[in-house]
Amino acid sequence: MNTTPYPHAARMSLQDVTVEFDGHKALSDVSFDVGAGTLMGVVGPNGAGKSTLFNAIAGLLPVRRGKVTLHRVDKGSGALAYVPQRESVNWRFPVTAMDVVMMGRCCRLGWCRRPGKRDRELVDDCLCRVGLSDHRSALMTELSGGQRQRVFVARALTQEASVLLLDEAFSGVDAGAQEGLVEVLQTVRNEGRIVLLATHDLTNLAGRFDQVLCLNRRVCACGPPDEVFTSEVMEQLYGAHGVRLTNDGER
Amino acid sequence: MIEFFVAPLEYGFMVRALIGSVLVGVMCPLVGAYVVTRNLAFMGDALAHAVLPGMVLGFIAGINPAIAAVPTGVAVAVLVRIVSRRAGLSTDTSIGILFAAMFALGLAMLSTSTTIRVDMEDLLLGQLLGISPTSIYVSLGITVTVILGLFALHHWLLFASFDPVGAQVLGRRTNIVDYVFLVMLALVIVIGIQAAGVILVMAMLVTPAATAYLLVRRFVSMMIAAALIGTAAAVTGLYISYHFNLPAGPAMTLVASAIFALAVAFRRRAPV
Repeated sequence: MNTTPYPHAARMSLQDVTVEFDGHKALSDVSFDVGAGTLMGVVGPNGAGKSTLFNAIAGLLPVRRGKVTLHRVDKGSGALAYVPQRESVNWRFPVTAMDVVMMGRCCRLGWCRRPGKRDRELVDDCLCRVGLSDHRSALMTELSGGQRQRVFVARALTQEASVLLLDEAFSGVDAGAQEGLVEVLQTVRNEGRIVLLATHDLTNLAGRFDQVLCLNRRVCACGPPDEVFTSEVMEQLYGAHGVRLTNDGER
Repeated sequence: MIEFFVAPLEYGFMVRALIGSVLVGVMCPLVGAYVVTRNLAFMGDALAHAVLPGMVLGFIAGINPAIAAVPTGVAVAVLVRIVSRRAGLSTDTSIGILFAAMFALGLAMLSTSTTIRVDMEDLLLGQLLGISPTSIYVSLGITVTVILGLFALHHWLLFASFDPVGAQVLGRRTNIVDYVFLVMLALVIVIGIQAAGVILVMAMLVTPAATAYLLVRRFVSMMIAAALIGTAAAVTGLYISYHFNLPAGPAMTLVASAIFALAVAFRRRAPV
């Protein structure tokens, strides 16, 4: 983990965060801390509240009780970047990779200012950092699942975000492209940013993330991957099937 | 051949109609590019009907119906957002409720008034050939305002249209941008009603933009192509209406539809 001070370094803490829908608790007393320069995987079965957690952190959902605190960042200035699930994006809208990365400059541009030379250079630089320089003029629909996710990461970089939330970023992304995405996220993490990635894909999680948050409407475990994937935690997450997964992994 | 183009312009009403049709042909498709790509066609249809009470109020108050219709359209656009958020209903459902209610209100106001005579055919088919200088100035003002608005909010509109959830995280600005866009949509529909009528306004709002969507790659190119196609369809339709004695609205719509049919046949974009 890299804790070197950096302009985008942030620390985030959640204290007893509870989110309710129609009287039912979608999240119950969720508490954890994430330090600067952390790549955290958020895992849990479908309906565990991973998206709800991200929405609560991003301020899209009201928190019934508890609080989300982002230290050293100003929430209103685009310090938090959210990459939603594939289904939430309007793929019919014809934009290129470059257009999408430029969207990250919205907060800095304000209402009426047009992007200047510095904005365009930053967009090119960020596309280069995620390995998509050659695809700057490609429509988003022409890119693969992994490339699309990397464009969204580049957008977060031009936004100068301190915290990146990626919801089901591995969905529709093949294993090789997942590796490529994680490598990009690791370089982003090395700049002191916090990266949270929700997934229900448990394969090869160990080693990819610095921390793993196991969520099933409440925190089942939080810590380094090799410490949290115990039989008890897996049973809390996935029932008897989860225990079988752990035993297979041990063999 | 030159006679074909010049002869109609000897009449003042035709010159005004030409200016009106160019304004409509530019403005409706520019906003229509967002309508098509954001799946807002039903919203446009609803607004075109929902401005009726405003127009009736305009007749009662003795002012230009377009001026009275603008605030009504804006109010309905904002109400749709508020109802769908407060009631937790889908936008389509909220639109359906308000659209029917406002149109019914307009018809009720018409039927109870003994002093107003509104030709429903004018309302449905438009009255471009009878457009007044005042309406031209109002349309020009709205056109310029909307172009400036689209220019100023361009990057925010792209963000909110492509990734509404991601944009929402950036805060209240995204909501403001969405409301401003709905206001612009309402303004443009009022212009369209004068040209093509309540029913046919949808054609100028949707068809040129849908045609452009099939022909070009990027959104900015799509807006420009849509405005060019819209202008060509409106002007061509106007000349056809003059020479073949057809109502202007349907003539414009048929030309736009013919261009769309050609674009479908020679489309460049693969279906998403």
